[in-house]
Amino acid sequence: MQAAIVNRLFLGGIGAGLLSFAVLAAFPAEAYLAFVSNEKSNSVSVVDTDKMTTIKTIPTGQRPRGIAASKDGALVYVALGDDDTISIIDTKALRVVGELPSGEDPEQFVISPNGKTLYVANENDAAVTVIDLATRGAIGRISVGVEPEGMAVSPDSATLICTSETTSMAHFIDAASHQVVANLLLPSRPRFSAYKSDGSELWATSEIGGVLSIIDPAAHKIKETVSFEIPGVRRELIQPVGVNLTKDGKLGFISLGPANRVAVVDGRTHNVLKYLLVGQRVWHGEFTPDEKYLVVANGLTNDVSFIDVAALKVVKSVQVGELPWGVAILPQ
Amino acid sequence: MSGEGSGERRREGRRSRCGEAHGPDGVFWRVRNLLASLANRGAEPVRRTPALQPHRRALWALAAAAFLIQYEPALSLAAEQQEIAIGYLRETRPKVSLSLIDLPAPNNGVAGALLAIDDNNTTGRFNGQGFALADATLAPDEPDPGRTLDMLAEKGAAFVIADLSAATLLKAADAARARRMTLLNIGAPDDRLREEDCRADVIHVAPSRGMLADGLAQYLVWKRWSRWLLLSGSHDSDKRFADALRRSARRFGAKIVAEREFVDTGGARRTDSGIAEIQRQMPAATQGAPDYDVVMAADESEVFAGYLPYRTWDPRPVAGSAGLVPTSWDAAFDQWGAVQLQSRFARAFRRAMTALDMNAWTAARMIGEAAARTNSNDPSVLGAYLRGPDFSVAAFKGQALTIRGWNLQLRQPILLFDGRNTVSVSPQEGFLHPLTTLDTLGADQPETRCKLQ
Repeated sequence: MQAAIVNRLFLGGIGAGLLSFAVLAAFPAEAYLAFVSNEKSNSVSVVDTDKMTTIKTIPTGQRPRGIAASKDGALVYVALGDDDTISIIDTKALRVVGELPSGEDPEQFVISPNGKTLYVANENDAAVTVIDLATRGAIGRISVGVEPEGMAVSPDSATLICTSETTSMAHFIDAASHQVVANLLLPSRPRFSAYKSDGSELWATSEIGGVLSIIDPAAHKIKETVSFEIPGVRRELIQPVGVNLTKDGKLGFISLGPANRVAVVDGRTHNVLKYLLVGQRVWHGEFTPDEKYLVVANGLTNDVSFIDVAALKVVKSVQVGELPWGVAILPQ
Repeated sequence: MSGEGSGERRREGRRSRCGEAHGPDGVFWRVRNLLASLANRGAEPVRRTPALQPHRRALWALAAAAFLIQYEPALSLAAEQQEIAIGYLRETRPKVSLSLIDLPAPNNGVAGALLAIDDNNTTGRFNGQGFALADATLAPDEPDPGRTLDMLAEKGAAFVIADLSAATLLKAADAARARRMTLLNIGAPDDRLREEDCRADVIHVAPSRGMLADGLAQYLVWKRWSRWLLLSGSHDSDKRFADALRRSARRFGAKIVAEREFVDTGGARRTDSGIAEIQRQMPAATQGAPDYDVVMAADESEVFAGYLPYRTWDPRPVAGSAGLVPTSWDAAFDQWGAVQLQSRFARAFRRAMTALDMNAWTAARMIGEAAARTNSNDPSVLGAYLRGPDFSVAAFKGQALTIRGWNLQLRQPILLFDGRNTVSVSPQEGFLHPLTTLDTLGADQPETRCKLQ
């Protein structure tokens, strides 16, 4: 961000030196932009993570949910479930500038670590559509289980994971050949999965099963099942959804939906360390690039919670649009 | 009560019919269903291949070839295929409804089972299990369902989805026990089937009248509309639903300020100038009641409840069998991912999904879930898993559905609809239970009269 600001100042024809130093002092290093999809209000809220305020609301098409930034941070993609498309938002102009051919009813998608390919689950079609981001065209379609939703790609971009809700499986797909190479039965209604950055583990949540499965992705086997117990919260309200793992793999944050909490899970022992009280019906979240904060979307309280990752504390709630669902944060 | 007590009502021939709906692969099935509905609009997509015209055979061959080309790699993953046949047993019942748009389709119920077979097969494609539906209809004068159950057993069905009236269901249950078969009740809401007449070989997927009435009552009490004028029909099923509503009122602190009976004097439900008479009849039926908040209509027989809204003497809302209706499904339900199921259903069958369709879908998915989790097609293994503590099924109700061990009733939230939209989902906030709030709906363990045998 520092470099970017300096650059922009140069481009703007304003002198360097003292002036840019003064601006830098006014903008601390952690100022990132978070883009929050609002499922109900058909918009994306832009949140300044340093000031912790919503600075702009971008109108989109209908039912925006899955959201992610391009690797260079120039674009944010948001899946519009009721418009059967993925909108492209220009992160400088802060407006919709194009769309991708997502197939029917897109909810979640993932961009490969090399930034070239976008994989989107088509819930109504039991399929995954593969999109080449350079040409913005669909280059493949993969048949999977009933109601595919959660998408993940291995850190080496070689394996694609799709979890299907009614089939209750994780499908391991070879990213090069688009062939399903293995299927793993998971506890009821898997919603989401995420790799550890070293590729050693895949963490998958089961919304109705109420658990987190720690999967050995090489063996295609569940090696451990993590369950959650919160005093005073009924078991059926514990519905794990979003997963965010720190880059060093030491901590995992599991959004527990209507339990209104994010569970902090030890990356090594898989013990639950803490439950953080956030807003109601917490869905998905994203770290700031420096991993100082995890920003999670609270579906029923129309806000995002900022979790201080070092302190494991919720430090702030910021109002966004109606029924926020997902968060994308620009890499710089 | 829309759909809960109503079953498959198409008039059939006098002989029992036993068809087979075999789906080796979910996607193949979908293609076949689609082609069937395109080629023969309105026809039931449960026909055996031999019945097809030659040109349609060519279409099947084409579809099968396309399917093989597309799915061969995934299929090769399956080692030994386990086949699981699920039976579907129905009886002819009169086809009645007050509203033209509620007339049940010929495939009401069985369509839901077929969709679940399709869903099961999509999963089965990955773990080597294949599901098929064997469909049979009891003849109107068939005293013993045993012969028809034998036909289903011959096709390998150990689990039979049953859309039957309470009396027929009990006969079928006795016949099923001798054949070591299990029935999944989707069409009979009678509480006695879960209580004094409960059977160890019957799992109840349909919610009981008690559960439906409790779900409705909790909402009205939460709304503080707790003074009810109870208007019940003169048929036995109407009286049983009125019983359930009285019990719910006692349970949750509502008050029935007056009760009236609306006697069915016979006659057609649809006449060309009928509304003129109804417009005068309904105000009279509700005139002169003590102060009340809601008209509670108990009319499973579809005689009068649908005529009450906007025609009551006092300006009051209607609930029960019309107005605000408790049910297990409605075509308008869109919460918790339900849109996905609704659109899959509409795409396959070109109509809206009813509560009976949903009960059948859930029943067939329960078998699919048991088979996938146990990796077995052995009926005793599946039966034990279904009745055991680990069983649960996801059915777009926002939480796992499990089985009450004491009477084999599927625990489930009760949905409330106004005919167009979801009004609420019970249990309501504040109705508490030491184990699960779902057990605030219907007979709970301490009060059950069921002794499973």
